[in-house]
Amino acid sequence: MTEENIPQAQPEQPETPKKPVKPKKDPRAKLYKPETPLILASSPHFHTKDTVPRIMWNVVAALVPATVLALVYFQWAAVGIILTSVSSALIAEMLVNRVRGESFTIPDGSALITGLLLALTLPPSFSLGGTALGSVFAIVVGKHFFGGLGYNIFNPALLGRAFLQASFPVPMTTWTWPLTARYADVDGITAATPLGLFKFEGVTSELSGLLTGNISGSLGETSAIAILIGGIYLLIRKYADWRIPLSFLLSTFLVSGVFWLISPESYPSPVFQLFSGGLMLGAFFMATDMVTSPVTARGAWIFGAGAGFILVIIRLFGGLPEGVMYSILLMNAFTPLINRYTRPKFFGEIRA
Amino acid sequence: MSESSQLHISTFRRGVHPDEYKDLTCHLPSQIMPLPDEVFIPLQQHIGAPCEALVEKGDTVKTGQKIADSSAFVSSPIHASITGTVAAVASFPHPLGAKVPMIHIKRDGEEDDWELLSTPENWEIAPKEELSKLVREAGIVGLGGAAFPTHVKMSPPADKPIDHFILNGCECEPFLTCDHRNMLEDTDRILKGMAIMMRMLGINQGIVGIESNKADAIATMEARVKALNLNFKIQPLKVKYPQGAEKMLIDAALGRKVPAGGLPMDVGVVVNNIATALAVYEAVFDGKPLIQRMLTVTGDAIQAPGNLTSRIGTPFQVCVDACSGLKDETSQVFMGGPMMGLVQYDLQVPTLKATSGIVCMQSSQLKNTRHYPCIQCGTCVSVCPMNLVPTRLSRQVETGKYQDCKEWGVFNCIECGSCAFVCPSGIPLVQWIRVGKVKSTEQQQKAQA
Repeated sequence: MTEENIPQAQPEQPETPKKPVKPKKDPRAKLYKPETPLILASSPHFHTKDTVPRIMWNVVAALVPATVLALVYFQWAAVGIILTSVSSALIAEMLVNRVRGESFTIPDGSALITGLLLALTLPPSFSLGGTALGSVFAIVVGKHFFGGLGYNIFNPALLGRAFLQASFPVPMTTWTWPLTARYADVDGITAATPLGLFKFEGVTSELSGLLTGNISGSLGETSAIAILIGGIYLLIRKYADWRIPLSFLLSTFLVSGVFWLISPESYPSPVFQLFSGGLMLGAFFMATDMVTSPVTARGAWIFGAGAGFILVIIRLFGGLPEGVMYSILLMNAFTPLINRYTRPKFFGEIRA
Repeated sequence: MSESSQLHISTFRRGVHPDEYKDLTCHLPSQIMPLPDEVFIPLQQHIGAPCEALVEKGDTVKTGQKIADSSAFVSSPIHASITGTVAAVASFPHPLGAKVPMIHIKRDGEEDDWELLSTPENWEIAPKEELSKLVREAGIVGLGGAAFPTHVKMSPPADKPIDHFILNGCECEPFLTCDHRNMLEDTDRILKGMAIMMRMLGINQGIVGIESNKADAIATMEARVKALNLNFKIQPLKVKYPQGAEKMLIDAALGRKVPAGGLPMDVGVVVNNIATALAVYEAVFDGKPLIQRMLTVTGDAIQAPGNLTSRIGTPFQVCVDACSGLKDETSQVFMGGPMMGLVQYDLQVPTLKATSGIVCMQSSQLKNTRHYPCIQCGTCVSVCPMNLVPTRLSRQVETGKYQDCKEWGVFNCIECGSCAFVCPSGIPLVQWIRVGKVKSTEQQQKAQA
């Protein structure tokens, strides 16, 4: 009715009545019988609320306890390294987005996780310049050289750390006591990690220090309890596959247990192995990285078990006191192969 | 005895649990829709050979008169659902998307003359062949959605002995409540229909599988089974999608796994839907062919959702109008539930024998369209009831590796859509798998040619 009125009221403007003809250009228009066009899509038409950013931001939330303890123990050193690492990761992500001509991916939270995880694996005395370099390497090479989120073979944060380990071997293995530790009479005094103490001096550390984190080590790996709180949160929310940390820890415990039983004097106890070094952080936050771990249940068991085995071998027989990083990176490389050979048995499948 | 069996809720492994939205209509008694002015009855509403029209333009037809049939065994005849005149035998829009041949009947006045089938005097002693022929002549097909001709299902080959009959009252799709209402309103007739089908198969072990969110239906069925002195077992099942999928239901109720690529009869089971049992009862006792069924018209875009008993071939628009019509912001209409339903672009399409519901949604309910790359989270793997790896299958299809996706079991997929439902990256996994099935078949045919 109104459309008829307009040309009558304004007969001197012949262009206006032509405008409503627009829909004719769309050949589908005649299919839409109801007043409002219906959306066509293939089922299912429902979806859970879970999205990639939601998963990533939950991982960030799970890292809060470990981050807070890092700040408590190492104070300004931790603030500097965490801020540098995270901001360099975000800036690198943004620049890569620009270069690749894609939409900005910072809101998905994955670059933030990479920056934060890398910071938590660094020694408190590490230089800020080096931190920034490692963070940029993690994002640019570790993630985007492989095709960006979802396509990287190795965990970007660990690849960044491996790069720093290779480039700055001495600063990367120079440790300081937490400021809260009773030995911290002098600021910045160097101290070996519990693993290093055992490996090179044959000294074991107390379990209480390993649990609370009041020991020397990298920023986020010192307290097993803080990591467990965040890790268990991830497992409950099903944002991490429980099989991976379980098989990783179990395999470490069993393999190191075998050596300990053979010779308790020369090898550390399996309990010490579980709670020292970066194992907790690695098992709950690095190995469970969805992109670089297998998708099948059997694959997850193999992945964790393999990482635990490699870890103990490196710790006991390698040149380094710690091997979490290389054990996970090596298993990352096996992930595509594991996925290929662990196809689940189909429902009702009879295998010959 | 029954106390303990009631407590035990069985289920299958994996699966998902979408919001149910069944409280919109589950308490509403079904209403018989006024006769539609016109119906469009497709010549094929079942799996198998299409029918050929037995009437021409201008013929007058009675309600229940057979208007199309086929000589093939795997097929099912079609009946007029109103009394009137054939206006056309031509192509009209079909809920599957294309235009297909249909018989268009316009109603003459208010008459509703039925042409009934001849029924046996006593079904309990009638020969099985007679019952089977009656079920075929009544045009009964599986009313759960697949529309497989029931008389074929009831005639398993001799080398497949059947020992259990399962009546499917799961109704695991969100929104749909017609099976639930049928179980409450037509309990005795459903149970007798089930008894008839079990007699056709010559077996006496029957199970009714009902999801535990229908506690009133479980109680009613249990009570009537006792009152009618039947020995059926009412099996409560966990509320989980796709509990109503044949293979999942058999696994849950009997712990038997249908072999990959096989059929329920391979494990000695026949599964039928609640509405199918009711249709069998009506054919055998009343001589009524399948020309009407209950369907749920619901969704947040419907003014007054409800359960309607309507004639097959009624245009969707008429069903929707019977529920006070659509709200302005309607953005999607599907035939069936939101997990497996077929989206519609035109409400002139008719309801089919297997139409269990019309769900109309507003945009607020639709899935998030923001897409991310696959992050290999493996959630799709952890929910797939058929134990497939949807993320790998979709990538194989995307990259054209159809041979690989066959090895990874693309043809085992039951297309329940659980993978796409949970994918945090919003990847259309089941949609890719559907493409993969088509492409793999094409490739196979090319290789053979």
